Amino acid sequence: MPQESSLLTLNKFIWVFFRSLLTCILLQFAILFWYGLSIETSLIDSTVSILLLSAACYLIVNNLKYYRPEKNRYLFMLTGCIILVALWLFVNNWILNSIITTDLHYSNFLYKSIPIRFFMGLLITILIAIMSILWYTQQDQKETEQRKADAEKLARDAELYNLRQQLQPHFLFNSLNSITALIGNRPEEARKMIHQLSDFLRGTLKKEDQQPVSLDEELQQLQLYLDIEKVRFGHRLSTEISFTEKCKLKLLPPMLLQPIVENAIKFGLYDTTGIVTISIFAECVENELHITVQNPYDPDTTRPKHGTGFGLSGVKRRLYLLFGRINLLKTSSDSHIFTTTIKIPQLD
Amino acid sequence: MRVILIDDEPLARSIVIEYLQSWPQLEVVQECNDGFEGIKAIMQFEPDLIFLDIQMPKINGFEMLELIDQPPAVIFTTAFDEYAIRAFEEYAVDYLLKPFSKQRFDKAIQKWLDQQQTSEAKQNTKLFIDNLQPSSSLKNERVVVKTGNKIKIIPVVDIIYLEADDDYVKIHTKEGSVLKNKTMSYFDHILQKDQFVRVHRSYIIKIEEIIRIDPYENGTHIAILKSGIKIPVSKTGYPKLKEVLGI
Repeated sequence: MPQESSLLTLNKFIWVFFRSLLTCILLQFAILFWYGLSIETSLIDSTVSILLLSAACYLIVNNLKYYRPEKNRYLFMLTGCIILVALWLFVNNWILNSIITTDLHYSNFLYKSIPIRFFMGLLITILIAIMSILWYTQQDQKETEQRKADAEKLARDAELYNLRQQLQPHFLFNSLNSITALIGNRPEEARKMIHQLSDFLRGTLKKEDQQPVSLDEELQQLQLYLDIEKVRFGHRLSTEISFTEKCKLKLLPPMLLQPIVENAIKFGLYDTTGIVTISIFAECVENELHITVQNPYDPDTTRPKHGTGFGLSGVKRRLYLLFGRINLLKTSSDSHIFTTTIKIPQLD
Repeated sequence: MRVILIDDEPLARSIVIEYLQSWPQLEVVQECNDGFEGIKAIMQFEPDLIFLDIQMPKINGFEMLELIDQPPAVIFTTAFDEYAIRAFEEYAVDYLLKPFSKQRFDKAIQKWLDQQQTSEAKQNTKLFIDNLQPSSSLKNERVVVKTGNKIKIIPVVDIIYLEADDDYVKIHTKEGSVLKNKTMSYFDHILQKDQFVRVHRSYIIKIEEIIRIDPYENGTHIAILKSGIKIPVSKTGYPKLKEVLGI
C-alpha cells in the first residue's frame, strides 16, 4: 500500500469516528432528558459514558490491528467484549457517582439502567469489532494483490530490459564485429558464430511468457551466451558449468540467471586481464534449488558492492516478490573472487 | 608512420590489421590488450596514430588518454552507441562504430592524413580530452592519476576533499594526496551534487566528512572535517552548503 493513500483513509476514518461520537452523545443526552433528568446531569452522563465507551472501542480496534481471531474463535472475541463492557460500566458508574452527588434520584436511576447500558455497550463494541475485522482483512487482501501485481510488473520490466540489453548493446555489436573479422580468414568459424548468435537471440525472444523454465533449459541458453563470449575472448575465458543430475528438471523463473551471469561476465571478463574462469554450480538442498555463480574481479579497479547494479538488485527484488523472502540472494567476495548465490524454493 | 592498436579483443584488432594492409605507409608497431599496456607502448614508440577502444579492463580509453601528456592522434573503435560518441565528434580525429566497413575505415584514415598536412590531429586529441564531459553512459565512479610511473585508480567514494593547486587539483584521500591535471570546475561538474559541495573557489568537500561548521570573520565560515582538517567556506559557498545539508 502506498503510504499516502492509507494516510488518507486513516484521516477519513478519524473524521467519521468523531462525527459518530458526537451523534451518540447527543442521542444519549436526548434519551436521558426524556426520562426526566436535568439538562446538566444528562449532559455529564452522556458525555462521560460515550467518551469512555469510545476509549474501549479504540482499544478493540487497535488490538485487532495486530491480532485477529482465527476461524471458530469468535466466542473468545465475544468474551473479550463482555469483559471490556463490564469494566467500562464499572468505571463509568464510579465516575458518574463521584461527579453527580447533588441529585439523589440519579444514583438510583444509574443503578437501574445498568442492564440497558450493558446491552447497548455490548452491541456497539461487537459492531465495532466486526467492522474492524472486515476492514483489516480487506486491507490485507489489497496488500497481497498489490504485491502480486508488483511481481508481475517487475518480471515484465526485467524481460523488456533483458531484450533491450541483448538486442542493442555492446554484446550484439561486438559479436557482429567478431564475425566480420572471422569472415576473411576463418569463414567456418564465422558461420558457426552466426548460428550461435541466432540461437541465443531466438531463445531470448521466445521467453515471452512468465512460465518457469527448467534448469536444464536455462543452462543451455547460458551456454550459448558463454560460447559467444568465448569466441570474442576465447584466449582467456574458460567456463565451468556443473549440476547434480536430479536438479535437471527443477524450475526457476525465466530471465533470473541471465542477469547474474551477465554481471559475472562484466566484472569477471570485461574488467580483468589474464585468464579467467566463470563457474556456475547448481544443487538441490531440501526443497530448494541453489545456484552459485563465481567470477574473479580486479580489486584494484572494481569494488564489489553488495547486491547493487540493476542486475543484482533487480534479481533480489524479483525473488522477494515471487517468494516473499528477502534472503534468497546472497553475494560475498574474497580478495579476487566474487560469489553470487540464489535459492529458488520449489513449489510442488 | 607508426600505428598502435589498443583493444582487448584480438579479433577486433585483427580486422583493423586486415584493413590496414591497403595502407602500406602505416606500420603497426604494437598491439595492446588494455590501457596500461597502451600507455607504455605510446611512451616507447611515440606513434603517429592510435586505434583505441573505449570499454577495456583496468582503465578505459578516455582515462588512458587523460594520463598521456602529449597524446597522439586517435581514431576510436567502439560499440558505444552513436549518441554517446557524437558529442565529441569535433575533437577526435574520427570514430568507427563496430562493426565498420572497409570504406568507412578508409575514410577515417584519409581524414587523418588530410589533417596531418595541417598538423591539426595531435592538438585535437588534447582539446578533446580537455573538453570531454562525461555523459551518463560514461559513469564517473573513479579518478585515474599518474604519479611518476605508477598509475593510481581512486574510487570517488574514497575522496575526502579536493584542493586547487596551481594548474592542478590536489585530491585528498585517507591514504594521502595526489595531483590531477584537471580544473576545479571539471570536478565540480562531474562529482555528484548531493555528495560533494564546492564551498570555496579552491575547495570541494565531501558532505559526509563534515562534522562541524563554525562562523569565521566577514561572513565566511570554517568547516571542520572528521580528520580534524579545517576548510574555509566562502560567502558564496556557505549558502550552497546550507542548501545541501537542508538547514
